[in-house]
Amino acid sequence: MKMLVLLLSVLIPAVPAWGEQTVTVGSKRFTESYILGEIVRQVAEGAGEAKVVYKPGLGNTGIVFAALTSGGIDLYPEYTGTIDREILKNSAPSDIATLNRQLAGLGIGVAVPLGFNNTYALAMREEQAQSLGIRTLSDLARHRSLRLGMSQEFLGRTDGWRGLKQAYALPFATPRGIDHGLSYEAVAQGQVDVIDIYTTDAKIARYKLRVLADDRKFFPAYDAVLLYRLDLPRRAPKTWVALQKLAGKIPEQRMIEMNADAELHGKGFAMAAADFLENAEPGQARGKEGFLSLLFGPDFWRLTQEHLVLVFVSLAAGVAVGVPLGIWAARTPSARQPILSLVGVIQTIPALALFAFLIPLFRQIGVLPALVALFLYALLPIVRNAYTGLSDIAPSLRESALALGLPSGARLRLIELPLASRAILAGIKTSAVINVGTATIAAFIGAGGFGERIAAGLALNDNAMLLAGAIPAAVLALLVQGGFEALDVWLIPKGLRAEKGDMR
Amino acid sequence: MIRVENVSKTYGGQAALAPVSLDFRPGTTTVLIGPSGCGKSTLLRIMMGLVHPDSGRVLVGDRELSAANANELRHRMGYVIQDGGLFPHLTAEGNVTLLARFLKRPVGEIEARIGELADTVQLSPDLLARHPRDLSGGQRQRVGLMRALMLDPEIVLLDEPLGALDPITRSELQAQLKAIFGGIQKTVVLVTHDMGEAAYLGDDIVVMREGRVVQRGPLADLLERPAEAYVTDFIRAQRSPLPPLVEGGHP
Repeated sequence: MKMLVLLLSVLIPAVPAWGEQTVTVGSKRFTESYILGEIVRQVAEGAGEAKVVYKPGLGNTGIVFAALTSGGIDLYPEYTGTIDREILKNSAPSDIATLNRQLAGLGIGVAVPLGFNNTYALAMREEQAQSLGIRTLSDLARHRSLRLGMSQEFLGRTDGWRGLKQAYALPFATPRGIDHGLSYEAVAQGQVDVIDIYTTDAKIARYKLRVLADDRKFFPAYDAVLLYRLDLPRRAPKTWVALQKLAGKIPEQRMIEMNADAELHGKGFAMAAADFLENAEPGQARGKEGFLSLLFGPDFWRLTQEHLVLVFVSLAAGVAVGVPLGIWAARTPSARQPILSLVGVIQTIPALALFAFLIPLFRQIGVLPALVALFLYALLPIVRNAYTGLSDIAPSLRESALALGLPSGARLRLIELPLASRAILAGIKTSAVINVGTATIAAFIGAGGFGERIAAGLALNDNAMLLAGAIPAAVLALLVQGGFEALDVWLIPKGLRAEKGDMR
Repeated sequence: MIRVENVSKTYGGQAALAPVSLDFRPGTTTVLIGPSGCGKSTLLRIMMGLVHPDSGRVLVGDRELSAANANELRHRMGYVIQDGGLFPHLTAEGNVTLLARFLKRPVGEIEARIGELADTVQLSPDLLARHPRDLSGGQRQRVGLMRALMLDPEIVLLDEPLGALDPITRSELQAQLKAIFGGIQKTVVLVTHDMGEAAYLGDDIVVMREGRVVQRGPLADLLERPAEAYVTDFIRAQRSPLPPLVEGGHP
């Protein structure tokens, strides 16, 4: 009870408020998408019509598209090839009019071709390509000893690895999965030989890579477009007009420059976008500033608050559900196995898979599915420890309580829960610390928190940015741990506490 | 007064208690004695409602013990086990007063009763603020006794209460138990396997073996008119460093 009051008093001021007419912009989790998302955001804000919410770096196509169809976001930058092959699963290339016909049923439309084509390609070190005489993807098939490292999304997509392997009869087994933000370093350092790239990546030139020609024309065109909800032009007509002016405004070379600005010259995404739009806003380029000012940047308190909300709201729900489940498992032998197995299985579901499952279920991205996922992950330690703590009570004490003539509820409240309190609190503490870490992943579905910096840092391969997210999360984990140890003194009855010099 | 009628209990095909009928009267201390596994503790736990008998019934006063009235009837019974069975998260006083506070007895009444009981069991009142782990075995047992007597129950059941104590403490507490139960009109049932303790404390002794009652009666009866050779064997089996208690002048 004390616990609950404490949690509520910390959290109530942090509950977010919902606004009036809003346009929500999303983006995927790689540099170019972050920049295009920023451009869209800034243009939409410039129209001065609606409140613009930006949810950057939402993850892969599946998550972002689910967010769009469920109304979690109103639009995001996408590529025609991806829409054609990955979303609609068409086998033959389609034009924009065809795509629009197919998407209309979902309430989604394609518009505003931005002016460049960012197709997939494979690339390798120029030096190595030269010595092996590899120019095209067909050449690749002759060198089966090459090591391939592909992004997870590329590996999974029909217009990615699977189709490519078939089209060129490539003799390689399934390549290693590697995060796109890290693949350039991996190939540059010779850990892998061939990676998948986007043709507008700034690092192609920087790392002296050779882009292999698609001589059998396997990859379709990936023209950058906006994918939007069909009700958007009606809800925010002025914003929509402003956005349409972006059509054809971004040639391929300009996009490569912007990617380089962000990835190689330490400009933030917002700054790269603002430069393109010739907006004075917002903030200055990073790089001049030190790490500390990045760490305690203007978003620090917002991220801290978001992170705390994610951790403690989900934890409170975990306690509210987990402790009773633990009690139930301890008191009802037939319920024990199903309960413990269920919470155990939940723990094995990967976070991103759980998110991808929860988004369509709740028809939204952001805080709610993130809280539900974190709540589910918090259950196992809490349920298990409550169960173990209660089951471990000595039978003689259980009988003594019974012999006193205390009713069941009073035995639980006055005897069993206090006796199990140390184990129960240890479970809650474990969940809290784990939650601080897991909550960083919630940024991939737009729930905010320190994970935002980690996701951005990963996409940019910007270690400073990554650390600016990871360090506060680690410190928060330590603080949570310390806080719970202080709570132990308050909540665990004195007769059960370990005293100095006790064997533990 | 408390009575068992034809109670029996089987654990995993093994009869722990054959149908047994016994009654226990106010103002009398009855000792259940027998070797390990003879069913004496099972019988006591059935009387307390902690174990459900396979057959038979328990009558507390004139009411039959059932799931519905067990808690209410337990308030009329005190139960003491080896090492006191104290709750480690509560102080000695917290243990003693737990039930009284749960039943919302007046604070003044509770405090007066604690003082009285500390006096009865000869426990220094400043020890009441300690947690069980900071008390000696004898002190814990005294606190356990206070807890059992708190609501002034008509019936007191003790399951090897002194089994875990060193001989000196044990002997002290035996004397105190005799003093406590000698002066009051309570129905006292004590389980032990120690013949000396049974002889010292029991007005009435029930010798048990393999789930059956072999013989019941005062010590003198058991000595002079044993129902079976087993009774004599059991009594003789208790070694004493002192001159033989039983054989008197009959070599």
